[in-house]
Amino acid sequence: MRAPHTALLSVEHLTMRFGGVIAIDDLSFTAARGEITALIGPNGAGKTTVFNCVTGFYKPSAGRLALTPSGAAAPEDLLALTQSGRRFSETASGEIYLLERMADFEIAQRGRVARTFQNIRLFAGMTALENLIVAQHNALMAASGPGLWGLFGLPSHRARQKAAIETAKYWLEQIDLIGRADDPAGALPYGAQRRLEIARAMCARPALLCLDEPAAGLNPRESAELAALLRAIRDEHAASILLIEHDMSVVMEISDHIVVLDYGEKIADGAPSAIRKDPKVIKAYLGVDDEDEVDLAASGTRA
Amino acid sequence: MSKRCEPPATFAPAPEASPLRDRLRSALIGAAKAAGVALGLAFPLLAYRTETDFSNALVLQERWAAVAAIALAAFVVRLICLLIPGRTKAASSPRRRRAEFAAIVARSRRLISAAGLASLIAFPLVVLVLLGPARSLKWIDSYGIQILIYMTLGWGLNIVVGLAGLLDLGYVAFYAVGAYSYALLSTNFGWSFWASLPIAGLLAALWGVALGFPVLRLRGDYLAIVTLAFGEIIRIVLTNWTDLTNGEAGVSSIPRVSFFGLPFIAGPEGFAAHFGLAYSPIYRVIFLFYLALALALLTNFVTLRLRRMPLGRAWEALREDEIACRSLGINTVAVKLAAFALGALVGGLAGAVFAARQGFVSPSSFTFIESATILAIVVLGGAGSQLGVALAALFIIGGSELLRELDWLQHIVGEGFDPTQYRMLIIGFALIVIMNWKPRGLIANRTPSVFLAEPRLAAPALAEEGRV
Repeated sequence: MRAPHTALLSVEHLTMRFGGVIAIDDLSFTAARGEITALIGPNGAGKTTVFNCVTGFYKPSAGRLALTPSGAAAPEDLLALTQSGRRFSETASGEIYLLERMADFEIAQRGRVARTFQNIRLFAGMTALENLIVAQHNALMAASGPGLWGLFGLPSHRARQKAAIETAKYWLEQIDLIGRADDPAGALPYGAQRRLEIARAMCARPALLCLDEPAAGLNPRESAELAALLRAIRDEHAASILLIEHDMSVVMEISDHIVVLDYGEKIADGAPSAIRKDPKVIKAYLGVDDEDEVDLAASGTRA
Repeated sequence: MSKRCEPPATFAPAPEASPLRDRLRSALIGAAKAAGVALGLAFPLLAYRTETDFSNALVLQERWAAVAAIALAAFVVRLICLLIPGRTKAASSPRRRRAEFAAIVARSRRLISAAGLASLIAFPLVVLVLLGPARSLKWIDSYGIQILIYMTLGWGLNIVVGLAGLLDLGYVAFYAVGAYSYALLSTNFGWSFWASLPIAGLLAALWGVALGFPVLRLRGDYLAIVTLAFGEIIRIVLTNWTDLTNGEAGVSSIPRVSFFGLPFIAGPEGFAAHFGLAYSPIYRVIFLFYLALALALLTNFVTLRLRRMPLGRAWEALREDEIACRSLGINTVAVKLAAFALGALVGGLAGAVFAARQGFVSPSSFTFIESATILAIVVLGGAGSQLGVALAALFIIGGSELLRELDWLQHIVGEGFDPTQYRMLIIGFALIVIMNWKPRGLIANRTPSVFLAEPRLAAPALAEEGRV
């Protein structure tokens, strides 16, 4: 049930400056619907900065980030929205969200973009189950009026609460943590915490799931399980994935599309097989001898 | 409760290898060391005292007996501590003892709550029967009502500090807004207590939001400083806006609370006459007690309910990790403002009850020490724990009232000794001891708001560790 490969997220001319430092310079790429798009590059290449721009934690210095959850937007609609100065349009022909204009929580709430963090950010003192229920906050709030009707135990709130627990249970089973549902998230082993963070993001029912180094610190067996989980998310839950990862075995195995960054610029963009052979990528990752560098420079590496 | 609450079996007690004589010896040595430390501390503090004699000259008074008494007391107390089985380091680790205590508290929590509620409801009647109307007045008023007001304040602040994790050092501001709202509405416009109560709460909530807006981006120490300043601003405005508040002199002759319209006065229109009773001020005090109790229970009920609802869970999630909250689409601005508003609302309601109890309010009732006391109640109780806050209010407020009654100490120490002057010193010392013994408060275990299997408690080490 793979959806047609239309763009879900279009990043156009994204630039992010911190004072005089240019972290991302004129970056453009698209993440297609129903695909796993990997963002790779050496340390400090600006991958997490891209994530923070997409999820609204940073306001980009320039560029447009258009999210179209229900199909590619017609160019004239996108242009009209961009010129109108509004943050998003939710019309019958499809929603368009301009992420660079939206607040972080709004991107998650309306645009249905969920993310995980490089250094795990679970609610450590709350149980695994509670973590997954907090992720369904907006759906639960909507069912309990302005958040207060549940005080009187209204049936609509109770039914929604039950459904939220069922969703949480489903994801706990998916990540094999159902037996530890009532344990504090901070007491779980590292690998389990990584999986729980992904499950928590999925409980928000995202259209786009952004994973910042999900395989960091996992052993090979756990990495293989993670790859299977991400594929299941893509194929069964209609969630597209944007992935930052250093573990090349995971990236090459599951990605449909890879974008390579170096010093804030895109150096390659394509299918895993093409990226693997790309000389610029090899240079950025492995370094090359001086003579080769001259050759590469001659062939226009730093275009 | 589940079996998972039990401490792991690996913490088996170490065998008692040393014979009794060795143990006695080590205990004596330990006690002697403690006595030495006490001696060292008591000497500079107590040994000499300057007094003016009849010719108005300073004379040095020696107080060796007091120094010796302190040292002896330290020796005896330490010896007893070391000799009681299970209290020595060899017999059981502190960690094991804490785990055991936590398990006991967890199991008996429901029981303690029920017993506490029952004794609160029965308290005024029991005191009345035991002591008679004249002598029970003090117990119901200074102990009962005051503890209940602080319990309510503790629960209100617990929403902000314990659940949402926003350290608020200016909570007394909302208490002041509530008290002055009732005081001014009743003295200027003749509003009744019942009409003023919701207004007092709403005005305080409004100020809660007003405080919330500028501090939205602050956390931890920075937030604490701003809220501290906010508390002082409110107090200074109350002091200096003399046209409205009558300044330092305060607002006096605030109408007493009435029994749903029936005033508690002597005479044919009064409450006592209406019910065919002899007039006594005790009825008003008992009524106020139940009023304060109802307010406290309402606060508790709402908080407990909210904890199991999306808003309450969002508060706790906010305390754990604000960035993760935002990444999940939670509007942290709204969630924070809701916490400030609700906490302030409770403070305002408690303030109105306070004004009705005192019949007089002045800025000196709303100094920083009040904020500190309320915060101490929350921290001592275990931030986030409703039962813990109730126990802490009982201990701190009840304890500091009890310490007013140490006149008998004068017979031991001497006529010039005023024990009430040592009240705060003793309370402070007790707080240090308790916080050393239980660093995360009396009840540090967090009860999860929802269970998949059966209820069990989060490990104390993980609940709210260092969050306050």
